[in-house]
Amino acid sequence: MNETLALPVVSWLKGLETNSPYLEGSQCCVCDVIFSGDRLHCSRCGARGKFKSIRLASEGSLYSYSIVYRSFPGVDVPYISAIVDLDMGGTIKGNLINVDPKPESIEFGMKLEVVFGDALGRKDKAGNSYISYFFQPATRS
Amino acid sequence: MTDVYIKGIDMIKFGRFPAENVSQLGAKAALMALDDAGLSIKDIQALYCGNLQQANGMVGQRILGEIGQTGISVVNCANACATGATAFREAWLSIKAGVFDVVLAVGVEQMGKGLLGTERVGSGIPKEGLLGSNTMPAIFAEAGMEHSRKYGTTFKQFAKVSVKNHYHSTMNPKAMYRIETPLEDVMNSEMIAYPNTKLMCSANVDGAAAVLLVSEKKVREMGPGRSVRVKASVLTSDPFTDRNQVMPDINLLSRNAVKQAYEASGIGPRDIDLVELHDCFATAEILHYENLGLCGEGEGGRMIDEGEVALGGRIPVNVSGGLLSKGHPLGATGIANICEVSAHLRGEADRRQVIGARIGLTHVIGLGSACGIHILEKVR
Repeated sequence: MNETLALPVVSWLKGLETNSPYLEGSQCCVCDVIFSGDRLHCSRCGARGKFKSIRLASEGSLYSYSIVYRSFPGVDVPYISAIVDLDMGGTIKGNLINVDPKPESIEFGMKLEVVFGDALGRKDKAGNSYISYFFQPATRS
Repeated sequence: MTDVYIKGIDMIKFGRFPAENVSQLGAKAALMALDDAGLSIKDIQALYCGNLQQANGMVGQRILGEIGQTGISVVNCANACATGATAFREAWLSIKAGVFDVVLAVGVEQMGKGLLGTERVGSGIPKEGLLGSNTMPAIFAEAGMEHSRKYGTTFKQFAKVSVKNHYHSTMNPKAMYRIETPLEDVMNSEMIAYPNTKLMCSANVDGAAAVLLVSEKKVREMGPGRSVRVKASVLTSDPFTDRNQVMPDINLLSRNAVKQAYEASGIGPRDIDLVELHDCFATAEILHYENLGLCGEGEGGRMIDEGEVALGGRIPVNVSGGLLSKGHPLGATGIANICEVSAHLRGEADRRQVIGARIGLTHVIGLGSACGIHILEKVR
């Protein structure tokens, strides 16, 4: 088992080596649209190769969701699949945690924060651990 | 340019046929459509075949291997759940272009049971249930919840779509299920991805459907009886929208497609007598009432509450039983809904006939995304 540094769940989860994880995006220098991760060209305006890397906001709000009760074998249910609009731009999907997975506990537009933690114990074939991002109700003011 | 006409339609009863293979199922539907038109495989100049899950399997040629290897042009199409509509549209285009006069479009699929979704694990770890869900029920639930967010659409309203479509299927001998499902049963069936319960998810079934298309010249030769005119054929892909990367937008490409279809045909939503639309999940259907202009923005919930979209209502939707109850064999779906609308325009839909139907619309969405829309008109 590999006890060295855990790996990021997606290539655009950065900062693990300094223990200060964050999500990275890219912004089109022509139309300002924001994507998660790296991009070569812009699918919004068609600009070629005009991206700059940006740090995505660690706060956002819930746009839409589903409470998933049936998933692939081995996946723990129920869980909340959340579509989250990040403050400052960009939309990402992930698990909403620390909320009762019931419709009455979930509000559209609720303020959320991005948190980082072990990827639910999932390891790759080489035994590496992973760090994932999650959403939870905002505690930072 | 020539008008294009539908002269032959048919489909096998949707169900599970583990003892048969894709080409055999497709061949059955092809022969049924040929019989309906009174033609033979020797009359066919080109075949457009829609099949998704054996997209590299030369299914069209294998169908000809079952019913007649005449050496004609064969094109195999894959376009997610818009596969059948894409095959039909390619057939339509070939006649429009003046290349062929008699063309067959076949859609066929054999499905496994269980969840549809994609999970390709490369060198990392599986992401399903870690970074949200990529299962189809969840994706379409999230699309439905966006409608709830905007207009307050309720779980109960979404569930009523399933009640309606299951009821409709009791009148369709080609449907997989033909069982009424009361509202309590729909709402209390196993929750798959809130707000979609099991009875609000389309049925994974095997199926095949075929349509014979002909040119104006050929329809004159054959006679106009039982003909249906294709008034518009449109295929769109998803334009960029803000959340499209993580939340497939099934709305804008539908709206773009129907706008083009209405403009091309000079037909408006008020002229439409029946609609077969892509109810892959109950949540999707309500969105499409608005996307197709059948009602105003935010009125989708009211449409289902007031029965406007039920057989006998102002604009019946999915009287075949829809994907929810007739079943959703991916590649066959877009051809099967053309068969259904054509049957109504011919006045041959028996107990579920939309009385006096003259114009109908079909709509499919393939996630990823493609939208196919066809407007069909009875030939007087």
